[in-house]
Parts: sequence; C-alpha cells; structure tokens
Amino acid sequence: MKLTNRTKVLEQGEMTLAERLYFPAIVGGMATTLKHFFQKPVTIKYPEQQRYLGPIYRGHHILKRDENGAERCTACGLCAVACPAEAISMVAGERKAGEENMYREEKYAQVYEINMLRCIFCGLCEEACPKQAIYLRHDKIVPAFLERDEVIYGKDKLVEKMDQRYLRDGWK
Amino acid sequence: MEPTNTLFMAKAVIILVVFAITLGVAAYSTYFERKIAAFMQDRVGPDRAGPFGILQPLADAVKMFMKEDFIPSHANKWLFIMGPCLSMLTALMTSAVIPFGDTVTVAGVTFDLQGIDVNIGILWVFGIVSLGVYGILIGGWASNNKYALLGGIRAASQNISYELAMGLSIIAILMFSGSLSTKTIVEAQQNGHWNIFYQPLGFIIFIVCAFAECNRTPFDLPECETELIGGYHTEYSSMKLGFYLFAEYINMFISGAVMATLFFGGYDYPGYEFVANKLGETPAAFIGAGALIGKALFFVFVFMWVRWTLPRFRYDQLMNLGWTGLIPLSIYNVLVTGIGILSGQPIIAGIAGFVLLILGLIIYDQLTVKKKIA
Repeated sequence: MKLTNRTKVLEQGEMTLAERLYFPAIVGGMATTLKHFFQKPVTIKYPEQQRYLGPIYRGHHILKRDENGAERCTACGLCAVACPAEAISMVAGERKAGEENMYREEKYAQVYEINMLRCIFCGLCEEACPKQAIYLRHDKIVPAFLERDEVIYGKDKLVEKMDQRYLRDGWK
Repeated sequence: MEPTNTLFMAKAVIILVVFAITLGVAAYSTYFERKIAAFMQDRVGPDRAGPFGILQPLADAVKMFMKEDFIPSHANKWLFIMGPCLSMLTALMTSAVIPFGDTVTVAGVTFDLQGIDVNIGILWVFGIVSLGVYGILIGGWASNNKYALLGGIRAASQNISYELAMGLSIIAILMFSGSLSTKTIVEAQQNGHWNIFYQPLGFIIFIVCAFAECNRTPFDLPECETELIGGYHTEYSSMKLGFYLFAEYINMFISGAVMATLFFGGYDYPGYEFVANKLGETPAAFIGAGALIGKALFFVFVFMWVRWTLPRFRYDQLMNLGWTGLIPLSIYNVLVTGIGILSGQPIIAGIAGFVLLILGLIIYDQLTVKKKIA
C-alpha cells in the first residue's frame, strides 16, 4: 500500500560505456586533487598561530574594576550560588576608611577563588553578577596546568590589571 | 693505470652514485608522500623537524632503528629475516641496466653513464621484478600469520597477472627498436622520437601494470588494512618493516626511471644538440642524466597523486581488469604496432588503431548493453 506520493522509484540500469571505462572518472578525480594541491592549506598551526574565537567566547575569568580602578565585586555570593560546578568560593570583608579608591562599595571580597578544575566555563556567574564584576574573557584562555597547586586561581590572577584593561565591543 | 682498470673504477663510481641517488630519493619519497598527501587534503604536512620538515626522513629512520625488532616465536626465523632483505636486494638490483646518460669523458676515460649495458637489458628488469615478489611472499609465509599469508598470496597472484600485460605492452616497444638492450631502445628515441607518441596505448597499459607491480594504490591489496590488518608485513616491526616500505619507494623510483627509458626518451631532452654544441658532449650528457632523474621523479609524483585520488580496487575487480581488460588490450596494441611497422606509418596506424578501438567499444556497447532508464 502506498502511504504517500513522495516515494520515488529509483531504477539503476547498466553503467554507460564511459562509466565502465573508468578513465573519465579517474581523470576528473585527478583534476580535483591537483586543484587542491595548489590551494592554500586551511591548517592553523596552533601554539604559534591563534584563531579569533569570536566576541562571545567564554575563556579566562576576570574581576573587573571600575573606571577609577576600584574593584566592583561586593562579595554578595550570587556567582557562587549560580555556579553549577561549585567552583567559586569567597570571603567577604568590610571596607576600612581610606580604602575608597580600592573598593567601590562598603563590602568587598577579601578572598575570591575559582577552582579551575571544577569550572565548566558556562558563564552563569557572569549572568548572575548584579555589579558587572565578573566576566569570562573572549580573548584569553585558561592555560593548561601541570601541578595541583596551580589549579585554584586567587585574586592575584583574577583581578583586572589597570594597565591592560579588558574591553569588549560596545564597552567604554 | 690500465684502461680496463680505470673503466672498472668508473663503473664502480657510477654504481655507487646510482645507489646513493636511489636511496636518497627513496628516503625523501617518504617525506614527499606525506607532504603531497597533506597538500591534496589542504593540510600542511610534517613541518616540525627542520625547516619545512626536511629532516623528517632522519627522524623516521631514528624511530625505525630504535624500535624493538621483534621476531615472533612461531615464525620461521631465517625466512622471516630473509623476506625484507630479498625485497631490498631486488629493488636495488633493477637500476643496474637503466641508462642514466649518454657517453661521457671524464679525466680521459670514456664510458657510458650506465651500470651495465647488457643485450638482455629489459629482460633483466623483468627477471628481477619477478624475483621481487619472493621477498613479499617469503615474508608473508614466514610470519606464520594468516593475514600475512593472505597478503603474500595476493601480492604473488597480482604480480603474476599484471606481469603478462606488462610484458606484452613492452613487446610493441621491442618491435620498434629490435633489441632488448635499454641503451639501444633509448638511442632509437633520440631527438624527440619518444615512444609515447607511437605507443600511447602501450604506455597506459604499462603504467597501470607498474602500479600493480609496485603494490601501490589503487592496487595495494597485499597491504590492505581494512581486510588484512597490515597485509604481508603485519608481523614486522623496526627496520625490517622499514626495509619493506623502503623497497616500495625504491621500486616506485625505478619503475619511473624504466617508464622514462621506455616511453619518454630516457636521457633525451629538447635542446640536446644546442647544449652539446655550446658546452660539449660531456656536460650535455650529465644534463641528460638530470633529465632522466627528473622524469623518474615526475612519475613518482604521479604515483603519489594517484594514491591520494583513487580508492582501492576490490580483489575480483583487480583480477578482472588484469585478465579481461589489459591483456587483450595489449595484444591488440601489438597487432596495431605490427601493422604500423609493415605499412611504414607507425603514428597514423597508432591513431587509427586507437580510433578503431573506441569505435568498436561504442558499437559493442550499443549492441549489447541495456540503456539506463531515464
């Protein structure tokens, strides 16, 4: 019984003479390979040559500072709550008098640690942050580590350096 | 020094140089095989060892020598060792009769740039090539492994089948030159009278058979990984495996040189007379040797080009092509050549024979084969 009209009966007859002689097909195939022989290779020699990964690539974490150089993070802990891998931990501290140019609000993160073995680079911390403090950089990846004690990244590796600020398209 | 003694020295030097060139070309063929494969697949290929990876063959050699040389306990030890030795030996012996250049005069000694000019030249090549299959067969048998044995059997039957068509395609050449000596065959082709213009069909048959004789794709069934693990060299490791692979590359280069000798005028090149008048006979002959090696290297490139284009044949297709395709075709070629020589118009007879063959095929096709349903 025919269920639809979309079936098509394919009937293959004998091959034609040109097909059975192989030669036209062989010549055509060799022309194709010769064309590719003179084409530019598509290879990217990775460690020396690096490809632009796109504006939304999720790479190395960064704790942003504001335009005056004060840290934006207030240690609210929403990133740690949002993190599905439970990679983030922090210790909150109170800002002292005279530290206003270092921390933007009265509360700040004394310790902010990300376990890079746990992190899955999902970007949920970035979405959860109400202060636009944490971002995943699109231009830098977390390097491979060889020792266990290199795994946990503290504030020394995470906080943005003022002389090489991280900017994305559309940011000031 | 006596003349015979200096001649002996000259020949020894030639043989050494040919030996060195053959081995060097074979070593670098492994590198260029990988490079050409990469370029045809839009990749870069080996480029880590030295600039552009040109030290890759050295690295490969170190790897081959350093690996464990394993002889299976159930293998026949002496035959197992003899297999790769025989392959290598026969691969290297073939180059002895190839005329690499015309007569040269160096330091007052006049000699040919050829190992030995024997009057059975081309038969020598055939004899050695037929012996070459023993290397593979003995290796496959001595491994005491069914895959290796199957590979050896395939190699033997394939080589025997294709040697027939190869021999028949050469008979047409011999009818022109009237001699088996490679030197005479090349001399008959000087000044642009290359056999390829008289024997295009013969050349196609010969090159297809050369692919089969060298066990190269699309006829590399003896080492077909999908069916036979590694084929005849499944049990081999270290430099013994290296010798097998090396012998294959040497065979490629030598068969390229044989093709150049038989069909492309050997050491002949356009403008030979001009160079000989300007620089003298000896430099012209050396440039001729370069031309022959260049032609052989071009054929090595063709071998690799085909390898990265065509898929492997099925075994029955291989046998079918050999016995019902190439052998009747080469007999037809001999017939056409004979008519050409008798009528005194070899080129016209060759073209007429080719047209007649195509016409005959089309008519036969129209009469017998069912058409495709449109």
